[in-house]
Amino acid sequence: MAEIAELKKIATQVRRDILRQVHGCASGHPGGSLGCADFFTALYFEIMDHDPSFNMKAAGEDVFFLSNGHISPVWYSTLARAGYFPIAELATFRKLNSRVQGHPATHEGLPGIRVASGSLGQGLSVAIGMAIAKKLDGDDKLVFALTGDGELQEGQIWEAVMFAPHNKIDNLIVTVDLNGRQIDGDTKDVLSLGDIEGKWRTFGWEVLNIQDGNDMEEIVKVLHQAKSMSGQGKPIVILMRTEMGYPIDFMVGTHKWHGAAPNDAQLENALGQLEETLGDY
Amino acid sequence: MLQDYISSGSKATRDGFGEALYEVGAQNENVMALCADLVASLKMQKFIDHFPTRFVQTGIAEANMIGIAAGLATAGKIPYTGTFANFSTGRVYDQIRQSVAYSHKNVKICASHAGLTLGEDGATHQILEDIGMMRMVPGMTVINPCDFNQTKAATKAIAEYYGPVYLRFGRPNWPNIMSDTKFEIGKAVIMNEGTDVTIIATGHLVWNALEAARNLEAKGISVYLINIHTIKPLDEEAILDAVSKTKCVVTCEEHQINGGLGDAVANVLARNFPSPQEYVAVKDSFGESGNPMDLLIKYGLGTADVEAAALKVLERKG
Repeated sequence: MAEIAELKKIATQVRRDILRQVHGCASGHPGGSLGCADFFTALYFEIMDHDPSFNMKAAGEDVFFLSNGHISPVWYSTLARAGYFPIAELATFRKLNSRVQGHPATHEGLPGIRVASGSLGQGLSVAIGMAIAKKLDGDDKLVFALTGDGELQEGQIWEAVMFAPHNKIDNLIVTVDLNGRQIDGDTKDVLSLGDIEGKWRTFGWEVLNIQDGNDMEEIVKVLHQAKSMSGQGKPIVILMRTEMGYPIDFMVGTHKWHGAAPNDAQLENALGQLEETLGDY
Repeated sequence: MLQDYISSGSKATRDGFGEALYEVGAQNENVMALCADLVASLKMQKFIDHFPTRFVQTGIAEANMIGIAAGLATAGKIPYTGTFANFSTGRVYDQIRQSVAYSHKNVKICASHAGLTLGEDGATHQILEDIGMMRMVPGMTVINPCDFNQTKAATKAIAEYYGPVYLRFGRPNWPNIMSDTKFEIGKAVIMNEGTDVTIIATGHLVWNALEAARNLEAKGISVYLINIHTIKPLDEEAILDAVSKTKCVVTCEEHQINGGLGDAVANVLARNFPSPQEYVAVKDSFGESGNPMDLLIKYGLGTADVEAAALKVLERKG
């Protein structure tokens, strides 16, 4: 097991990568990316059994699908830091002739991406398809997926949420990034999610909670717990409360940084709050 | 030659799909079937009886079905999704676009009850825009076979091809005229080589075009008849070969005049060999309830309409 301190170091570097990616092209989604940096780091450096040499079919390995594709910077950085592709390639984010597209895509052949996402609501269904295939093939590895909380407003999500328990898709661990914010404002104002835990539970899911999705220790603990609960007839969902923009002081507490890039001064300020732990690209 | 095409009886194209789905399932254990609560309509029961673990019932949730298919394909499976053409395309356009086509997944979108010949259920279910939508999607192969045998052959052929496919077929019993073994994706079937007018037809309207061609030949008009089961990629060579001889063309489809086979052919001709063209297609309207044959006649897709279009385009050619 990786030391928590080591994971934190990686997550800090991932955050620097996120800010530098979106600054480099003056576009992208830093808020949700920063909030999920700890989760991605835990997943790829502690939880999942995966192979950075990358095989599309993912036979014999754990696999992850990002449904809320707009937080691509955090995924790209994590994949690059985990060895899927050269770290230097992050500098091409959202630029012409790059494999590092605005939203995750397979089209340019970026290792680590297995399906395009960005148009919201689709990733959970794709993850279920992969989970069914693993069961058919006798592959006991797990399928992980992340959705946003605003994304739960999409109807297709609930088609998938209804399907998985009925079909006992118990090799699937879905995490919902409950940061409470979306482009137009707070989720509770735009379209309230109501009793989110009750919704998943009554659909038939095992529900786990991460009270602080920016606490590496808690993330790792709950993800391990989720793994231990797999294979018992029910799909598992983790409701993970994160802070959009964490830990940059001027980015937290607002939805303003959902889809806006920092300018030069803001980048300098933000990077000053994050130690360069593994070396910038 | 026209006289080679004799109906061996009427059978539904969807029955050809169901038979072939079972056969490809027996031959290839990666083939899977998914359905959104229309198993009987899609004739999937034989596949389900023999390969129950390779069947996924999604309930009335087509978007989820397309997404699951994309996930299965990612893992190396060959999923065939089944529902009505309306719910296979317009309802799930974005899922097809992002999770399937842009992601280049080997998903076979199999769509029954296309067009007016769905009949009595009426316009809510009679999709006439699906060929247009699907041929707009980059990398999508679009196939619209004409009868039981050709649907059966197409259903088998797409298992051997890697990539997203839209396979469109229908509800009613229809004259069965083609061989069930020969099928090459993207290769038009030349049913008759004539010199006066080219008729290019797809789907059920191949039969109407064949009858029209016989009537025209009886009047001394020589017809170059093409059965174009694959609308994308389009067999441009076959079309240009034919139209360079006849200098005019009629296109026939159970689809809107906008965006379908006719426009695909017009595109080829405009770029290579501009020629007079008449469309036998639905003229920018929705359908309605009625029996299939009455609907085809009311909406201008009958045998007489094909004949009239041929005579009109001959006149325009001068």
